Amino acid sequence: MNPIVFFARSSRVLHWLMAVLILVMLFVGVFMAASVGPAYHALVGFHRPLGIALLALVVLRLINRFFHRPPALPIDLPPLMVFGAKASHWALYALMMALPLIGWAMLSAGGYPIPLFGNDVLLPPILPHDAALWGWLRLAHTVLAFALFALIMAHGGAALFHFLICRDSVLQSMVGAGSVSPTKSVSPRVTD
Amino acid sequence: MAGNASGGSGGLIRWLGVVSLPVALAVGFAAAAGWLSPHRVTPDTLLAALQGVDGAHPGFRRNHAKGVCVAGWFEGNGQAASYSSAFAFDTKRVPVIGRFALAGGMPYQGDAPGKVRSMALALKGPGGQEWRMGLNDIPVFPVSTPQEFQALQQAVRPVAGTGKPDPLAIRRFRTAHPWLASAGKALAERPITSGFENDTYRSLDSFVLHGVDGHSTAMRFAMVPEEQKFADLPGRGENASFDQLNEAISAHPLRWTLVLTLAGAGDAVSDPSRIWSDKDQQITAGTLTLTRLASETGGDCTGITFDPLVLPEGIMASDDPVLQARSATYMRSFGERSREKRPVPAYDPAVVPGLEPGAKTGSDSVSPEKAS
Repeated sequence: MNPIVFFARSSRVLHWLMAVLILVMLFVGVFMAASVGPAYHALVGFHRPLGIALLALVVLRLINRFFHRPPALPIDLPPLMVFGAKASHWALYALMMALPLIGWAMLSAGGYPIPLFGNDVLLPPILPHDAALWGWLRLAHTVLAFALFALIMAHGGAALFHFLICRDSVLQSMVGAGSVSPTKSVSPRVTD
Repeated sequence: MAGNASGGSGGLIRWLGVVSLPVALAVGFAAAAGWLSPHRVTPDTLLAALQGVDGAHPGFRRNHAKGVCVAGWFEGNGQAASYSSAFAFDTKRVPVIGRFALAGGMPYQGDAPGKVRSMALALKGPGGQEWRMGLNDIPVFPVSTPQEFQALQQAVRPVAGTGKPDPLAIRRFRTAHPWLASAGKALAERPITSGFENDTYRSLDSFVLHGVDGHSTAMRFAMVPEEQKFADLPGRGENASFDQLNEAISAHPLRWTLVLTLAGAGDAVSDPSRIWSDKDQQITAGTLTLTRLASETGGDCTGITFDPLVLPEGIMASDDPVLQARSATYMRSFGERSREKRPVPAYDPAVVPGLEPGAKTGSDSVSPEKAS
């Protein structure tokens, strides 16, 4: 078996940090949307700045990806699974980017002030005030959050499928505490 | 493939391992979303309870459905500035958009004296700061929690056949909630003024003022009219009290005084159904001036929701549970109605009573006193 080619350390840190934050975000979001208190107001106040933080992190992550290409997929992976892997990863990036932007945009269109911390630091609106637009963006925020959650379930299942069924090194390349990054690796790798 | 996905029990266990993570996530998500707890009170169940009483009226607010937009300004007097750093307590004039409405989800209900009137306001401060409020002309809120609100709506739901609430269901609600008896009494015995234009509107819920020195003060507040008239009852008729309001505001600007009531030692800050002591300290914080009405069709009040938790720096939510339920449910109502076809509101101030709809008066001729 070839030595494991790990993701770059920065990629792994960003992946796991965002994994935790996105799961927190999705659970908080779906909980508060079906809540009338007592934690509702505090959770909404937590959801907004965390969303902005995730927007910053996903931008950072795309920049990081440009400098640190991910390790290649196993060469014996069937073409359909390769397609599924690539498509689902780009869908994950698209949703990680879209959800905070839509959250910000919907509050803008709804004419809401958008407090970031307390009530004194406000975000500027990024869309003109338009109630119909607010209504549809609010719905899109929910639908896309559900889509992101479904993708995360599939992503987690796929990682375990690689680990338990294929028994390849896909999961370890992101989990691994090892320090062999693709750039330092001596093993031959197929470019992405 | 690199692995040997062997059959047998080892393979089964491995496959169980694969699905365990997605299944665990799905169960957790369903629990957070409330799908496993059908009795949870949510914005959706509160809206369903309201619609159970008044029916579905697409495009309208789910409560306080019949209303009219209003505009004017607010000017603080500085007397509350030592309690809160909020912009509204400065002495600067800020623009206000608002809405007068009748409580209830029926957008075409006829006006009648006993109906609860509301005044919703958005005070627009500098730098995007806003203070939104939804005030009602009742002394206290009829219930103390969102759960009780939902139970009350379910108790007063009209019964098929009679079209009226079941008296037994109402009695059951009362016996199950003896602590709400004093609120019910206060509501039944409230004095009724002759119209929107001379009514007192109260926050009902409590808020917390924050001063620059870090000091916190719990309070409720009210808009007290320049003059109150109890003598004549409002007229009956489809839009009698809206016509009367339009007449009054066309004659001269209408003024209210913002009065803050500071919580005393025995006052229930977290229970809007409790009356506070009449010995509490009160502060006159400023003056609201409303100068013109506008139809909800295209009016400034239609595209926002008067969420009482849209607060400026210097004012915070209290732990009153009804406040958060209002915020969450107003947002849900606002989202739903904004996706629905735009309805035709019952009242248009530009239509002269008695004339055919569409006949416009020169409503623009009302002296346009501009807010700065």
